[in-house]
Parts: sequence; structure tokens; C-alpha cells
Amino acid sequence: MKKQRTLSRSPKRIALTILGTGFFVILCLIIAFPIVAGLLASFRPGTELIRRGLALDFDISTMTLANYTYLFGGNVDSQKYFMWYKNSLIITLVSVVLTLLICYFVAYGLTMYDFKLRNLLFTLVIATMMVPFEILMLPLYKEIIKLHLIDTYFGVIVIGLCSASTIFFFRQYLGGLPKDLLSAARIDGANEYYISVKIILPLAKPAFASMGILCAMGAWNAILWPLLVLKGAEKFTLPIGLNTLLTPYGNNYDVLIAGSMFGILPIFIIFLLFQKYIIDGMTAGAVKG
Amino acid sequence: MKGKNFLYSQKVAPYVFVLPFILSFAIFWIYPLITAFTMSFQDIGAIKTEWVGLANYTKLLKDKVFMIAVANSTKYMFFTLVLLIPFPMLFAVLMDSNIVKAKGLWKAILYMPALTSVVISGTLFRLMFTEYKTGQMNIISQALGFGTYKWLKNGWSGMLALLVVACWRWTGVNMLYFLSGLKSIDSALYEAADIDGASAFQKFRYVTLPLLKPTTIYVLTISVYAGLAMFLESYMLWAGNSSPNNIGLTIVGYLYKRGIEKNDMGYACAVGVVLLIVALIINFAQLILNGTFKKED
Repeated sequence: MKKQRTLSRSPKRIALTILGTGFFVILCLIIAFPIVAGLLASFRPGTELIRRGLALDFDISTMTLANYTYLFGGNVDSQKYFMWYKNSLIITLVSVVLTLLICYFVAYGLTMYDFKLRNLLFTLVIATMMVPFEILMLPLYKEIIKLHLIDTYFGVIVIGLCSASTIFFFRQYLGGLPKDLLSAARIDGANEYYISVKIILPLAKPAFASMGILCAMGAWNAILWPLLVLKGAEKFTLPIGLNTLLTPYGNNYDVLIAGSMFGILPIFIIFLLFQKYIIDGMTAGAVKG
Repeated sequence: MKGKNFLYSQKVAPYVFVLPFILSFAIFWIYPLITAFTMSFQDIGAIKTEWVGLANYTKLLKDKVFMIAVANSTKYMFFTLVLLIPFPMLFAVLMDSNIVKAKGLWKAILYMPALTSVVISGTLFRLMFTEYKTGQMNIISQALGFGTYKWLKNGWSGMLALLVVACWRWTGVNMLYFLSGLKSIDSALYEAADIDGASAFQKFRYVTLPLLKPTTIYVLTISVYAGLAMFLESYMLWAGNSSPNNIGLTIVGYLYKRGIEKNDMGYACAVGVVLLIVALIINFAQLILNGTFKKED
């Protein structure tokens, strides 16, 4: 942190600080607006949404918890909603754990050893980042049908297990660890797999935290691929389920708005707890180019 | 016992580690990529598949709806580049200065939209752009004396809605990218510029901007792809893949429509191949323009 020298208390400085901070206050008010308005709307009947749009109405006297008591009420809609919620939790958890482990070991192999195919393989990792997923979507869809993975959680998860950006990040991180650790452990008689699991993996915990959160956000909010793979309503994830509530008649808007707000919650909590790691993970690729 | 020693040797271990990538690469990347190309030369019916040569591509060139989709995606990409690179960069420079207090709070709030599923944000924005007079956009336009407007039923305002969603979602993320780029700039350079009597603008122009180049290239690259491949924002804003007069139709939206909704996979794959070629050309062009392939000096 740079220390501000002489001018720190001058009127000019104070005016500038008010301007600078004020700018972000206004920007943040604009950015937060849709979510705040959505949150307020979730305490009013869904028919209001259809009639008035997303009005910013702070009038507490017209607010009611009805949408939430209905959502948690154990009725048919409530059961459906929490089934989707549970599905999303399962898919998120399993895909995060598997993705992190697989990508860690792949990155470990690419970083810790000098072998013939290393550079070629790393180039291929980068190449997979160069093609938008949407182009592969249809052939992958056909392939998943052929493999009988359609309408299964595994079909949703499997295509993303070797995430190029996750491998890339782990490689950046592992590249910063001293390689002497490996030779020391080898002299002690440890085998290659023991070293990767028991010696290096604990050192990579911050990288696991960063990537874990980013993967969780991606999996929790994924729409396009689950929309293709999951066919039965009992397998839907939360975004896909919420999407089915968007009928033109708006008869489901009570559940939709309350369910949407409650659906943001887990990711917001994780974000607030691990904010520092998220920013590290997300920006790893941007600095070194 | 010999098999075990073999697997445990330092020569073989790296291949064991990278095996999942090789498998995933072969099964879920190279195979579908090749299939996308071959399918684009086929007419894929329910019963039989026929090779039709370039027929899908010649049909594409005459397809007016596809041209609308290409125009929409290109316009959207262009405007997101104009809006989502310079402004987040300036915001990051401001955030990095010492005239802003409570930085952590602003960063967290600006990042919030990226945490929100497109299903939820698309719904919220559709309500804000409603044609009723209580929608936020109509409140603003009434206050300015223009009366109410059917935002999601006209071409320019539909594009505006898509861009508003894009700016809302990505301003904070891009700002964080630039912020991390700024952190890697040596503060001694600014001190040297101070000694030389450089103005704030000169410091930005001759120190910040050139040293942010790797970050800018990164943000540019992901923005080109994200812009060209945009689909879900449009899908959610119009509650489904059909907008009046296709004002919100994008290339991927058209691919989805032909491939999934109309089950015309061959034609849809030709759409995908065109998208891939356009994306690669734009990226190579900007890499060359930025001198990435030149020798480092």
C-alpha cells in the first residue's frame, strides 16, 4: 500500500475522494438495482409482477411473506422446487469434486515432469479454450444419446470434467512450487503418486479453493447443456426448473420470483465467504496473458 | 510386481496423470469437432443420413434469417467490445487510485451480477423492459417526455436491452480483470513519471495503457467469443427462442433452433462451422494487429 504523503488532508483531496467514492456508490446502486427490486418483488403477489413489471416499491405495508411460506409449504410446487434445488446441489458438488481432482492431476503431470508430449498436450489444452462450446453442442448431444447418458446427471457432468481453464490455473500455481520437493521426497523413497497426493496436493490448497468456487458457480448456474441433456422434470436442475415456470400466463410467478431469490442465496454466501479466492482464480489468466 | 514397477516409474507416471485429459480431449472435443464438420456436409434425417456436399452452406448463404442472426451477433459483439473494455478499464484505474474508499464493498457489489443465473437476471430484465408503463425503462422514458415504448418488440431497443444485460453482468468482472492487471504494474514507473512531471493523463497514456496490454488482449479475446456465441441472454429476455421479427436471434440461437427445435442437425452444424471460422478469423486478426506474433523485444 502506498502511503499518501503531504496532501492527504487538503480540501482538494477530500473533494476528490468524495467524487471518486461517490462515483462507485452511484454505479453500485445501478448495478444492485435489479436484484434489490427482485428481492422486494418477491414479497408481493406474482400477479403484481405481471401487472406492474419490476417496480421498486419500498412500501412495507403491502409486503407479505406469502410467496415464501408457499415455497416452503410442502405443497406440490414446493416439492418440485426443492427437488430441483437438491438436483442442483448434487450436480454442483459432484462435478466440483471430480473436476478439481482430475484437473489437479492433469496439471500436475504437465508441470512436474519433462516428457515428450508435454508441450503438445499443453498446446491442446489451450486449443480447447479457443473453440466456443456452442459449436460442439450438437455433436456432443448426439454423442451423449449414443452413449446412453441422456437424461442422466453423469451426462451433464462428464463433458466438463477436464476443464481447460482449471487445468491452466493449476498449472500456473504448481509451476510456482519448488521442484526440489519432488526430488527430496523421491530420495526418501516416496513413489510418484504418493508425492502428488500427500506432498504437493496439500500445498495447492489455495488453488483448490479458487477453482472450487469458480467451478461451483459455473455448475450451479449452468443452463445450456443441462437444458439439452435433462429430459425428465424430476431430474431438472434449478435454472432449468425455474425456466419451465416462465409461462406466458404468469400463473407461477409467485414461485418463480421467490424461488429465484432463494436460488441466488448459496452462491452469494459462498462468494461473500471466499471473495478473495474468487478474484485470484478468475484473474490468473489475465495478468500473464 | 513388474507391472506395478512399470506404472510407478518416472517415465510412465506423467502419462498416467494426463490420461484423463487425453481421453476427454479425444471423446469430448476432437471427436465432436470432427463430427461437426462432417455433419455439416450431410442431410441428417430421422431414418437415413445422406451426404449432400456443400448444399447446407449454399443454402446458408441464401438464408435471410441466418443473415439476420449474423448481423445481430456481430452488432452485439461490436457494441460489447466498445462498452465493456474502455469503461471497465477506466473504472479499474479509478478503483486503483487512492481517492476511493471502501473498495472491497464496491468490488463485491459490482461482481454480484456475474453470480446470478441468466435465467434469473433475464427474467428481472424482461420485467424492467416491459411495455407497461410501470416498467423501469418506461418510467425513465416517460420522465423524459417520450411516453411508453414497446422495448422488446423493436429492433434497436431489443439490442439495447441485450447490451444493458451484458453491461450489467460483465462490467464488474472486466473491471476486476483490469484491476489485477494494474496490480502487476511496478509503482516505480509511476514515481519515475511523477519526477518527469507527467500529468495524470500522460501517465495513463504512456504507462498504464501499454502495460495493461496483456490484460486487454485477454479481455478482448474472451469478449469476442462471448459476444459471437451469445444465446442465453436473448433466450431469457424473450422467454424462449423466438423474438418478434427475430430481433433477438443470434447465431447460436439459430443453431439451437435448427438443430434442436427443428431437428435439422446437418444444417445447424453448418451454422456452427461458420461461427467457428468467423471467431477464429477475428481472433487471429486481433492477435496480429496487437503484434502478439512478433518477437518479444
